Amino acid sequence: MKKYSAFAIAREAFRQHTGWERAWARPEPKKKYDVIIVGAGGHGLATAYHLGKNYGITNVAVIEKGWLGGGNTGRNTTIIRSNYLQDSSAAIYEKARSLYETMSQDLNYNVMFSPRGVIMLAQTQSEIRGYQRTAHANALQGVKTEWISPQRVKELVPIMNIDGPRYPVLGGLYQARGGTARHDAVAWGYARACSDMGMDIIQQCEVTGVRTNAGKVVGVDTTKGPIDCDKLGMVVAGHASVLAQKAGFRLPIESVALQALVSEPIKPCMDVVVMANTVHGYMSQSDKGEMVIGGGTDGYNNYTQRGSFHHIEETVRALVETFPMIARLKMLRQWGGIVDVTGDRSPILSKTPVEGIFVNCGWGTGGFKAIPGSGWAMAELMAKGQSPLTEEFNMFRFREGKFIDESVAAGVAH
Amino acid sequence: MLTLHCPNCGVHADETDLHAEGEAHLKRFASGSSDDDFHDYMFQRQNPKGVHFERWKHVYGCGKYFLAARCTATLEVFGTYSAQTHEPPQAIKDAITAKRPGWSWGDFS
Repeated sequence: MKKYSAFAIAREAFRQHTGWERAWARPEPKKKYDVIIVGAGGHGLATAYHLGKNYGITNVAVIEKGWLGGGNTGRNTTIIRSNYLQDSSAAIYEKARSLYETMSQDLNYNVMFSPRGVIMLAQTQSEIRGYQRTAHANALQGVKTEWISPQRVKELVPIMNIDGPRYPVLGGLYQARGGTARHDAVAWGYARACSDMGMDIIQQCEVTGVRTNAGKVVGVDTTKGPIDCDKLGMVVAGHASVLAQKAGFRLPIESVALQALVSEPIKPCMDVVVMANTVHGYMSQSDKGEMVIGGGTDGYNNYTQRGSFHHIEETVRALVETFPMIARLKMLRQWGGIVDVTGDRSPILSKTPVEGIFVNCGWGTGGFKAIPGSGWAMAELMAKGQSPLTEEFNMFRFREGKFIDESVAAGVAH
Repeated sequence: MLTLHCPNCGVHADETDLHAEGEAHLKRFASGSSDDDFHDYMFQRQNPKGVHFERWKHVYGCGKYFLAARCTATLEVFGTYSAQTHEPPQAIKDAITAKRPGWSWGDFS
């Protein structure tokens, strides 16, 4: 693989850009792989990447029903933060955030990681207490966050109305090293690195069945024929339940639609990510100038990748109240993704009742920020059979009552 | 927008008048039941891509519960019916079979 660099751009400029290589190969599946990962989104590709990079396992196929990064990886609002309350959450999200810092260099692919800071607004007394508690917990976990005053919020985000009619801003939980990254580039960068290590990324190949023998996985049936494997990683987010059913077990997951939208591009006006959980909307400005907006999930199970219109109205109403200057902004695009939500709003990275099958799902409404840490931990789990980062996130925790209860910590899906 | 007919008060209600209340026909397991049954009752939800039965509450209407049969892959509604029942009425099952031959959900088909 030719490295991307400023020199490469100059070299190609002199020959009409005819020397660029395909970023990743498009192979047909082989008969057998050591490891098959189902799902070529961020989490699946990151798992494959770290299997190769950390453990030297490169006889790997990543199988994708649609196109690479076309699911939730390409549908999120690209927010990266690690200000979680519970220790096990902070550990894996902070691992991810720290890997984002060097991802462009590690992958030789510009993922445009922008640590522009994330503010979670406190607009009720209970949110003040909740976020101050999180700030203290983060201090103990070694995650750098701070509680900031309304005046500091106003300094960081001048376009915000902190004296809102319903919910004035009472402070905020600020993570200066949180931010955003280019979501497609994360998937593309991992895909290029995986392909370079000799892994096969097989797109438009749907898994139709999982073959087992004496309680152990032996392969999968796909629309491109059967493929054998020793280990299988299921990393398919919203369709986790559907795939698990093919392997003969159930997951404590429900799939719902989460929507996002972007406005027309405007001049730079906000260089921080702002989340307002009481009124329920969050917003950042992309490098193109679009305001990127997200809100709440629909309340009912849904696989259609589109959500209810009234949720857009609620989200936009909340944000107009917080940022009055966006009131006349036109919205350009709106879309939905299917998110996989667990009972405690924390992910599942786990062995399964079938030997050799590992599952990574349940990231719910906040999976993008976790991609590199999730891949790092999932690769360790698949290579070694255990990982300190995934131990608490096993799917059997519900039986034990060992919840990682971020739903109470955040007050909303997050 | 999703519109469901409330069988209690007869209103065709928009989803903004309703609140989704999760899986229908849950069998409750409490003290004295096995750990497996309790775990499944508490956490394992039907999450099909296709025919699904769920409980709804007409919160900004009559305030009463009802049940709905719906397709999660297309958002098509097959019908709604009273919550005072342990399984979907035959008319609802027939309506589903007409559109989705061979469907099954939990113990029903």
